[in-house]
Amino acid sequence: MSTVLPDQLGHFGRFGGRFMPEALIAPLDELTQAWRSAMADPEFTGEFDRMLREWAGVPSLLYDATRLSEVAGARILLKREDLNHTGAHKVRNALGQALLTKRMGKPRVIAETGAGQHGVATATACAYLDLECVVYMGEVDTQRQSLNVARMKLLGAEVIPVTSGSRTLKDAINEALRDWVASVDKTHYLLGTAAGAHPFPAMVRDFVRGIGDEARAQSLELLGKLPDAAVASVGGGSNAIGLFAAFIPDADVKLYGIEPGGDGFETGRHAATITAGQVGVLHGARSFLLQDEDGQTIESHSISAGLDYPGVGPEHSWLAETKRATYRPVTDADAMEAFRLLSRTEGIIPAIESAHAVAGALEIAEELGPDATILVNLSGRGDKDMDTASSWFGLIDGETGHE
Amino acid sequence: MSEMVALGKAGTAIRKANDEGRAGLVGYLPAGYPSYEGGVDAIKALVDGGVDVLEIGLPYSDPVMDGPAIQRAAEAALAGGFRVKDLLRTVEEIAAYSDVPVLVMTYWNPIERYGVDRWATDFAGVGGAGLITPDLIPEEAAEWIAAADKNELDKVFLVSPSSTDERIRLTTSACRGFVYATAVMGVTGVRETASDLAAPLVARTKAATGLPVGVGIGVSNAEQAAAIGAFTDAVIVGSAFVKRLLDGEGPAGVRSLTESLAEGVRREPSAAAGR
Repeated sequence: MSTVLPDQLGHFGRFGGRFMPEALIAPLDELTQAWRSAMADPEFTGEFDRMLREWAGVPSLLYDATRLSEVAGARILLKREDLNHTGAHKVRNALGQALLTKRMGKPRVIAETGAGQHGVATATACAYLDLECVVYMGEVDTQRQSLNVARMKLLGAEVIPVTSGSRTLKDAINEALRDWVASVDKTHYLLGTAAGAHPFPAMVRDFVRGIGDEARAQSLELLGKLPDAAVASVGGGSNAIGLFAAFIPDADVKLYGIEPGGDGFETGRHAATITAGQVGVLHGARSFLLQDEDGQTIESHSISAGLDYPGVGPEHSWLAETKRATYRPVTDADAMEAFRLLSRTEGIIPAIESAHAVAGALEIAEELGPDATILVNLSGRGDKDMDTASSWFGLIDGETGHE
Repeated sequence: MSEMVALGKAGTAIRKANDEGRAGLVGYLPAGYPSYEGGVDAIKALVDGGVDVLEIGLPYSDPVMDGPAIQRAAEAALAGGFRVKDLLRTVEEIAAYSDVPVLVMTYWNPIERYGVDRWATDFAGVGGAGLITPDLIPEEAAEWIAAADKNELDKVFLVSPSSTDERIRLTTSACRGFVYATAVMGVTGVRETASDLAAPLVARTKAATGLPVGVGIGVSNAEQAAAIGAFTDAVIVGSAFVKRLLDGEGPAGVRSLTESLAEGVRREPSAAAGR
């Protein structure tokens, strides 16, 4: 059912498409053509695979998390994307698009970033492939994530603080789009998630789908069969679509997207876009969207900066609407509990994004029972989240946390 | 060939100006800035100063096509509690105030959220003439096109220097009123000199349609208005008006700039160039 989507104009059912300034339509057409021709060219895909293998540490391990499984009451397999170069699945997309940028002959890359992970991955890929790199980052985030700003600068990127709107991720995207409209001749916009206008949702999916392709083969090797469920956190949705893509045709594998529930869905302070259930248009595509009665975007809330986005990729909206995948929220508190649990049972400190998936897997384990095998995308490592964890758990002298 | 094309209300007003041997003047301001009443007064000042067509912006949370001036005004309007119903009220007041066609420029999501059909009915009901839709391309616009046709509203889509001739044909054939040529690659904003992208784009657009072509290019003074007006059917001015309001000059500042621009489009070179 997945192979024919999206259609020629980028639609996944009623979702997706292109809601973009006319100035970008011809460039998006060119990008679509370049991407399709690259993916059909063994030289390009071979080079991409080689760089992923030699430089980015891919394929990542599939890890049988026995101690976590004991606590969960079902068998949990972790897809160790946290072990990739730069510490997350995001390097796959950054490298793929950077390589495509070279192929298109464009010398400059722009990107948006929230907490800085995608910015760092992009700056890293651009350093590796000798591309000029400019990263837009909300002013609020540049202050909260000064270490990642330093990383990007060390890698040779220019970081531009964005002072418009809420000064966070969505405004960084707005500013990157403004740059792109004016610079598209020489610039590729390296979008960080499987959202936005066509071809981005499908293109990003194709660059990250190695996660699920590898995990599917690794599951067959380890178990002799497919897992019963695949679980991933969903902000914009790239790590989740990367895991899901390979399993969409496997009707017996249940797919679960874990949305950031923030303070609790009922409080309204969350980023659980699909759970909230309102369809709209933001950043170039029709999808589920946090918005008010007038269609103005509402600010999202999550302890995880990487999930803190009021939109979601259109393919997830389609998977939700067709009921192929199930989306449910996990609160900040439950995610942080899972963050600590994984640290203490397996010696793995996950990204808070990925801790959402672990927390979701714990709930799903209870529902599916002890015979179930649950594949979880451990999309990133938690080093970047130690400030947040320190204050949450009161780990630094003199602070009181949620212990 | 005007009898063959869908001039609508805005196109008719622009052709009337063209018949006087000049380009039309299209003036933009966002609704709700600096306040509801202040916004209405500023828009009335555009009318009093002599615009041929009005373009009222709906403040939106994520205005990716707008430069800093319009962003600031939109943010302030929203922070002041501006709602879509206030836009409809603004249009109603302005339509009662004058016969100048009132277009609304809006990002797509607020219209989709309101309900496209219901919007077209309610907007036509308060005297609105049509929409300019900067992030909606004809391929995604079937519902809007049907609703606009039913309510005889103008549909103004955009063409850009990057548009292929094929896309220009597609886009202009979906337009009623005029065609909006964004003649620089970039967001709205005041610029020092006219872009040399503008004239070729206008020529390519005119090769595809008999509709009037309006150029939005960051015009801020009479000289630029005269220069742009020499090769196009209408000169669209927005950020320069917004800057007057941001600078605290109020409706009087808007009116004096409008009068100056209206004089600019009437200067001899523009008449001599013909169209």
